[in-house]
Amino acid sequence: MSDKQTTESIVIRLAGDSGDGVQLMGTQFVSATAAAGSDFATFPDYPAEIRAPAGTTYGVSAYQINLGGGPITTAGDAPQVLVAFNPAALKVSLPLVAENALIVLNTDTFTQRNLSKAGYDSDPRESGALDGFQVVPLDITTLTLEAVKSFGLSKSDAGRCKNFWALGALQWMLGRDVETIEQWVTQRFAKQETLREANLAALRAGHAYGETAELSAAIPRFRVARASFAAGEYRGIRGSEALALGLAAAAELADRKLIFCSYPITPASPLLHRLANLGDLGIGVFQAEDEIAAVCAALGASYAGAIGVTSSSGPGIALKTEAIGLAISAELPLLIVDSQRGGPSTGLPTKTEQSDLYQAVYGRNADAPVPVLAARSPGDCFDVAIEAVRIAIRHMTPVILLTDGYLANAAEPWLLPKLDDYRPIEVNRVTETAANDAGVAPAFLRDPKTLGRPWITPGMAGLMYRVGGLEKDIRSGNISYDADNHQRMTEMRARKVESVADFIPDQVVELGRNTGKVAVVGWGSTYGAIYQAVGSMTGHGVSHIHIRHLCPFPQNLARLLSGFERVLVPEMNMGQLSTLLRDQLGINPVPLPKVTGQPFLVSELRQAISKELQLAGSVRRPTMIRRDVV
Amino acid sequence: MNAPAQLTAKDYASSEDVRWCPGCGDYAILKVVTQVLAKVGARREDTVFVSGIGCSSRLPYYLETYGFHTIHGRAPAVATGIKLANPALDVWVITGDGDGLSIGGNHLLHVLRRNVDLNILLFNNEIYGLTKGQFSPTSRIGTRSPASPGGSIDRPVSAGAFALGAGARFIARAIDTDKTGLTEVLEAGYAYQGASFIEIYQNCIVYNDNVFGDFTDKARAVDSQLHVRHGEPLVFGEGGSKGLRLDRRTLSLEVVDARAHADDVFVHDETNPVLAQLLLALQPPEFPVALGVLHRVPGQSYDQAFLAAHPTRLARTRSVTDVLRQTKVWRVG
Repeated sequence: MSDKQTTESIVIRLAGDSGDGVQLMGTQFVSATAAAGSDFATFPDYPAEIRAPAGTTYGVSAYQINLGGGPITTAGDAPQVLVAFNPAALKVSLPLVAENALIVLNTDTFTQRNLSKAGYDSDPRESGALDGFQVVPLDITTLTLEAVKSFGLSKSDAGRCKNFWALGALQWMLGRDVETIEQWVTQRFAKQETLREANLAALRAGHAYGETAELSAAIPRFRVARASFAAGEYRGIRGSEALALGLAAAAELADRKLIFCSYPITPASPLLHRLANLGDLGIGVFQAEDEIAAVCAALGASYAGAIGVTSSSGPGIALKTEAIGLAISAELPLLIVDSQRGGPSTGLPTKTEQSDLYQAVYGRNADAPVPVLAARSPGDCFDVAIEAVRIAIRHMTPVILLTDGYLANAAEPWLLPKLDDYRPIEVNRVTETAANDAGVAPAFLRDPKTLGRPWITPGMAGLMYRVGGLEKDIRSGNISYDADNHQRMTEMRARKVESVADFIPDQVVELGRNTGKVAVVGWGSTYGAIYQAVGSMTGHGVSHIHIRHLCPFPQNLARLLSGFERVLVPEMNMGQLSTLLRDQLGINPVPLPKVTGQPFLVSELRQAISKELQLAGSVRRPTMIRRDVV
Repeated sequence: MNAPAQLTAKDYASSEDVRWCPGCGDYAILKVVTQVLAKVGARREDTVFVSGIGCSSRLPYYLETYGFHTIHGRAPAVATGIKLANPALDVWVITGDGDGLSIGGNHLLHVLRRNVDLNILLFNNEIYGLTKGQFSPTSRIGTRSPASPGGSIDRPVSAGAFALGAGARFIARAIDTDKTGLTEVLEAGYAYQGASFIEIYQNCIVYNDNVFGDFTDKARAVDSQLHVRHGEPLVFGEGGSKGLRLDRRTLSLEVVDARAHADDVFVHDETNPVLAQLLLALQPPEFPVALGVLHRVPGQSYDQAFLAAHPTRLARTRSVTDVLRQTKVWRVG
């Protein structure tokens, strides 16, 4: 047996055809990683097509995982281990992997036909394309067929067990057993005996192969560090799961039903699927006929006293825009979840981008502000969902929650939250004084601090009121075209959203000091990469600041950023937060845009930060344009 | 529902000033709506009127009930959300030919096929009134309007046929000024559990005056209106002198002498969708316009099905704390 290579962390990429079961293999590997006590972060990277033609590069589905002692906050820049199930997977992944990476190939698929489908003129195993890498050629398909031949499966069914064979081999390489995966297979295929036994046999055969095969000496093994987590109970969590649970928690904290209305769209649909299975938490799920109906039904539900939530991706949010305006006008709570993806138009449905920030903050007709929040990691989706619902109900306003395709699908270990640690969400009620205040309709007696009105709902006797999209009198709520009244109502709507800042915590610095040369300011799913990059450069005057509340900003943000010579803003768009910071705070940030559909690499962030650190010493970029806002 | 008996039609009128044009058919409809609400004893706090955009959609402001004036075409979707959150409410949707059949056609289609328990009143005046008189999806070919100075070329949609095609299980028709007929269909729609679709021929005095005159005109009504009633023969004309008979060769209705062919006159069966289709297609001057409950088939409403299919009838029976652990959990420290 080969000696184990000890490592603090390791990045592994699994890649194959859409039908090879790579995503399943990835999630099971994550489960086993959690059981082994390592920290991890994952990045599923799959094609837009459900089953792209086999063997093509555009049909490659991949799953990347970074595991180790931690804190692991990104799926890693360059994989040190690549498992490629076919030539196309190799072709797509090779440019990404680290120098001297270990590449496991399923050689059964390296036929002339597959090579040419992948666009290889010559076999990369012989052409020198793999020089410098440690290549481990394995006949994975043949070995799998051999392992499961006693079960009488068809050749194609038997071949499909190869992901479990590979998983078994991978577990051996990391010095782990296959017990947790066996448990899952047994449960998953409880009623399909043949498939269950075949997959178990493949899994065990893959694991045993490492032990027994003559080639085993050639296969490197790794001992990966365990993480030092804070004490507590943990589970693995994906962003969509955390978001669903967060919404359920918010409903429980407000003691209201939650009605989730949505229309299928990538990459937002996992939230719909998850919530559809949480009915007994007081959640109703309605699949509407279109995006507009989805937001309108959610708003109707809010009008009737439930927490109305709708969810979509950029193009769908665009369709919901008019109804969001209605929610602003009617002063009703509504949560809009935007799982951002590459655009414009249909764009890159399965690739990640942060390019809906303008749409969320500015994207409506007329003066129509709404609070905007963004989640930064899979687990963070839970807290942000609660916070967003809290704001919507307290201020009686629609709220936009930004997440993205990466967050929805990425997974990380998560310390189980305790619901008792969260304050209940209070609903604005009609007070005696409100009902007695002459001239003001009870429905429109707004709290002076939040400008939220009482949440009066049909069924309440004596409080009937009419509301809608027409401008209304600030006191009576009746239709009003009065000029002064419209001015006052517009100002009221603006102040209402501004007042959210009175209730949110001050902006904190994630890493580094509160003043210094360079502040790296991010939002959303770039958290992990920025954290990792800044973390590796501490002591050089660089700090990481990550903004959850994008509209309104925390009150101390301007003052905080004024303590840095330069503000670097990495974003997966062309500089939208930079615009917002300029607009709202009068500062002059340095944008670092990236719109390749792939998350930031730690290395590219380090490079950009280094450049800013150098410039901070010599070229003074005036951070503040408007001193008055500080 | 049991309501205090003392409420009268006036109790259902709000204090907001009514802002329709003098002589608009909407006034007559509003009045009958308040009378019907009083008659059926609707509880005001449990009643919600939801509307889209257009002249008709202003109606909720004028009623002392809950009211939500939403956005163009989307009232059925908003109303669906209201019913999902609280199925106990009586929810009415007020829409028009442009709101319901043009910009909101998709939502009307789906709310009907799902059979959401709503009373949907579509005020059809065959014109866009609030935007100053452009042709609408129900306007006849050749309608001259600011947008069609040479006459419109679009073929009109039949509201009732659209509803039937969408799978509506309750379809009725009435005329704004026909208090008896309108009262009857509103009461029937209110009693129906599911989506009741009621088309009301409504006169726009400013932009499309008298467009329905050929059958609403009192002098001609007896020959141009067919008031259908389940189980009764399809007769009209002076003293029921004319009847409708099925021409088996062409599968269409024909007008016959009701007395000479008494046995051949078709008897109205509101559960028969084929008959509903034939009745909806009748047009003057050859035929009378069919009014009343043209189609009614009982069936489970969507909101009831939604509750029935829900594992806990929307109740919270456990905490998110329990669900957090429904996966592999490991302990550190």
